[in-house]
Amino acid sequence: MSHTEPTAGRSGQQSNLLTVSGLSKAFGENVVLESIDLAVQPGQVTALIGPSGSGKTTVLRCLNGLETPDGGVVSIADGPSLDFSGQVKAKDLSALRDQSAMVFQHYNLFPHMTVLENVIEGPVQVKKQRKADAVRDAESLLARVGLADKKDQYPFELSGGQQQRVGIVRALALKPALLLFDEPTSALDPELVGEVLGVIKELADGQWTMVIVTHELAFAREVADEVVFMDGGVVVESGHPDTVLRAPKEERTQRFVQRLLNPF
Amino acid sequence: MRLSRNRLASAVARVYVSIIRGTPLLVQLFVIFYGLPSIGVVIPPWPSAIIAFSLNVAGYAAEIIRAAILSVPKGQWEAGHTIGMSRTRTLRRIILPQAARVSVPPLSNTFISLVKDSSLASLILVSEMFRQAQEIAAFSQQFMMLYLEAALVYWVFCLVLSSGQSYLEKRLDRYVAH
Repeated sequence: MSHTEPTAGRSGQQSNLLTVSGLSKAFGENVVLESIDLAVQPGQVTALIGPSGSGKTTVLRCLNGLETPDGGVVSIADGPSLDFSGQVKAKDLSALRDQSAMVFQHYNLFPHMTVLENVIEGPVQVKKQRKADAVRDAESLLARVGLADKKDQYPFELSGGQQQRVGIVRALALKPALLLFDEPTSALDPELVGEVLGVIKELADGQWTMVIVTHELAFAREVADEVVFMDGGVVVESGHPDTVLRAPKEERTQRFVQRLLNPF
Repeated sequence: MRLSRNRLASAVARVYVSIIRGTPLLVQLFVIFYGLPSIGVVIPPWPSAIIAFSLNVAGYAAEIIRAAILSVPKGQWEAGHTIGMSRTRTLRRIILPQAARVSVPPLSNTFISLVKDSSLASLILVSEMFRQAQEIAAFSQQFMMLYLEAALVYWVFCLVLSSGQSYLEKRLDRYVAH
């Protein structure tokens, strides 16, 4: 396994917002992640790319506590630095989870709640924000993604692109230190992809720190500060998008990029 | 309880549901009213009936609610967790409201059955409606009249329950595409 040192020296000595080292995870016999290292600095956007089954989504899910890793250390922003090779307390796990919020491939909006209720659920129920404040924040976020007039509708009344924008706003409303995107446009009709990518790009420009699992290479090249290519549960190659996507060093990366650029 | 992560709780629930669903309600009634006195527990007819029906409906309802909870997609749990909710809070705020919608029709079926099965209580000497009908019929010899009348009363009860069911379904359906 040859690991490229993640992000070494690109922004000087600034401390990382996300540090992952030696992350590993197996489902039964099936080893999904083998000692993954990642580092993301504040305001930086990292794109995780790779063939399906390469483990990139699992990395994301481990960061958000949706999967419990078998080993490795994860630390995000002000949260605890958790070593998963030992027992991890539920309290620490939820403290880690509070540092990030996930945008799902299939949006996973709450169907029994209106758009506004979806967005304020976390701030009001979990963060104990005053409802009036949460509503005001939610309305301004919804306006920013062009959905101000949809706030009283139910998710089923919205298009996929609109639902995903609500999904993004729901994550933003928690003011997480780190935003996680799990193939945010893979479930969308092609003509709706643009509106969602546009929102994500704005967030990237707005200095949000993000990890994005994506198959949209052009998008990754445009917004990412670093691209990490994974295959078979390991990081094969990582670095500046221009390097990894245009002139990859590793043969596996070359093949993957070629395949996506020339599917036929 | 069957969904509990606690193995013991889950096993107890499984056995309970299995016994309740695997034995006739009439037998359950008889065990409680005629059976228990032989081990020294004597329960009068009315409480016996109430206990037996409650235990019985609980078994069926538990299974319905379990299935309804399982029918909510896993992504809903994950979405709850990602906005910082604990398991309990996700269950209460996110999962149960969605499970409620799914469970209304089968739960209504169970309650409608309960109304009709209450006639079985006559067999443990509870003077419920059907038993009274029997007694009056025996006295007046108007069998057809009285049994049809009893049937009508059961039907009206069930109609009320059914309309309650449609009201609930409509209310809970407001967030679903038609």
